[in-house]
Amino acid sequence: MIKTINESIKNRIASNRIVIYSAVIIGLISLPFMLTPFIVRMLIMAGIYMVLAMSLNLITGVTGQLSLGHAAFYGIGAYTSALLSIKLGWGFITTAFLGAGLTAVIAVLLGMATLKLQGAYLAIVTLGFSEIVRIILLNWMSLTRGPMGITGIPRPRILSFQFTSSTEYYYLILIMVVVTYISMNRIIESRLGRAFRAIKEDDLAAQSMGINVLKYKVMAFTLSAFYAGLAGSFYAHYVTYIDPQSFAFGESIQILSMVVLGGLGSMPGVMVGAGILVFAPELMRSLAEYRMVIYGGILSTMMIVRPQGILGGRKVKKKGRDTVVVTESS
Amino acid sequence: MFIQQMINGITLGSTYALTAIGYTMVFGILELVNFSHGTVYMFGAFICLILMSTFGLNFFIAFGISIVLTGALGIAIDRIALLPLRKRNAPKVTALISTIGVSIFLQNLVMVLWGSETKNFPRVIATKHIQYDSFRISYLQIIILVTSLVLMLGLTLFIKKTKIGKAMRATAQNIEVAKLMGINVDFIISFTFFLGATLATVAGVMVGMYYQSVDPMMGFMAGLKAFSAAVLGGIGILPGAVLGGILIGVSETIATGYIHSGYRDAIAFGILIAVLLIKPTGLLGKAVQKKV
Repeated sequence: MIKTINESIKNRIASNRIVIYSAVIIGLISLPFMLTPFIVRMLIMAGIYMVLAMSLNLITGVTGQLSLGHAAFYGIGAYTSALLSIKLGWGFITTAFLGAGLTAVIAVLLGMATLKLQGAYLAIVTLGFSEIVRIILLNWMSLTRGPMGITGIPRPRILSFQFTSSTEYYYLILIMVVVTYISMNRIIESRLGRAFRAIKEDDLAAQSMGINVLKYKVMAFTLSAFYAGLAGSFYAHYVTYIDPQSFAFGESIQILSMVVLGGLGSMPGVMVGAGILVFAPELMRSLAEYRMVIYGGILSTMMIVRPQGILGGRKVKKKGRDTVVVTESS
Repeated sequence: MFIQQMINGITLGSTYALTAIGYTMVFGILELVNFSHGTVYMFGAFICLILMSTFGLNFFIAFGISIVLTGALGIAIDRIALLPLRKRNAPKVTALISTIGVSIFLQNLVMVLWGSETKNFPRVIATKHIQYDSFRISYLQIIILVTSLVLMLGLTLFIKKTKIGKAMRATAQNIEVAKLMGINVDFIISFTFFLGATLATVAGVMVGMYYQSVDPMMGFMAGLKAFSAAVLGGIGILPGAVLGGILIGVSETIATGYIHSGYRDAIAFGILIAVLLIKPTGLLGKAVQKKV
């Protein structure tokens, strides 16, 4: 009975796909006119975090490699783009892609060296890397102005259009989120994405199927870093002020929480996760100082209640409860 | 100068080592990076301070109570935030986020209850020191070193010689088989959290005495360092945690003394990354062949 209802709903959605899509698109476009500027600004932040969460999802959710240093890529993108536009006066598109490009190059180098490591070892290396990046940003006074941060980052200008109001920024981030979503989906559904998923399920089996595990891990890592760098440069040109503290370890944790809360590997899930974790502290503002206490409590509770994440759940079933792997006694 | 830096480094490193033991024991059994551990370290130091300042207790009584309380907190963290996930066989990263949630919760709770500013930790031990040639070692440093050494030796003996220790080793080797052998695995895991939390409290209180201050954020960096120490030595291996802790402590003070204090933390992490690139299982770790 329930199954047939589900089926019929699915069929109806499928047949009315164009109607639903256009409704969603019109809704998203008209959103800034219906909401207060404050909420639009929140939506912009949610958009930035959606791109970040989707990018982390590629390496952690899809490929199964735990990275605790995503904020470093976000920060490198932001700083590169900001410095290029201030010192050389280049346009937003150029600096954003150069920022993302440099982030990707650094990710290739880091990935080739470290992605052989697994589990906690990879986690601590990525964490260590991000701390090193933050400390360099903090101490390279002549370039980054250290803890004072970079001020007066020019607002983005594309062709002759100057972005100034929240609404204009909203459309820019909306485009970025949509482009990220579509391109990321294409990657995950492609041959490349299948390789990533194979590595997540069982890297040894993937290897014996002829997948060059290290190569694909580095590719996932690099793509992930590229999008994070892009999000970083948008952030820099949006808030027009960045300092090393904006890209500290807490930020990596925030993004990871979004991914896990939404559901590892689920693209709509991580977007929902990002939305919730951006809005939750604001919604709880009336609770004043208890806000973060409750936030922490909710995060743990959510994990206990729904470990697979809000929209996660497609899981490859294993035989038996736990596969017992016989290991050498050490 | 160099010997002085070494003394300071080993003192600092031994507190990292005590904290790292908690990470390494939990990881050995659950393969979980327990992010609430650094917060427990801070919590222990805070409880001790509050018991002394607000309730006017003697240092040793306050210290004792704070150890018991944080030990109970360790058990509570396992029972409330992790046991339900284990029961459902959830992915490990879920448990990681759960401990992050606990850490955010506790840290902000401390801020709400006692304020976020740095607090003075009363001077408990006289600030005397032994001068020898050109370097000196304070009484407090000696106490920290001796306490850490005694605790680490005690723990090693405990794990090697007692029945619970044996059960802990069995659980770390293979949870499923340990269960089959009649070991109450959940008890052992909770007990491990208890031990880790108490050691972290000892470390937290000693660091509080050493720097004469505690603040709600102190657990964060100390936690990261201790985690690095555990991984550097080879996570899951007790002597590895001690070796890693001392190495991180020494490299930090030497970096401060000879390079630049701003890069102190970067150098500790840089060494960690370099070691892992050469020896991916940590200094004392053995490569475990994965069998299919």
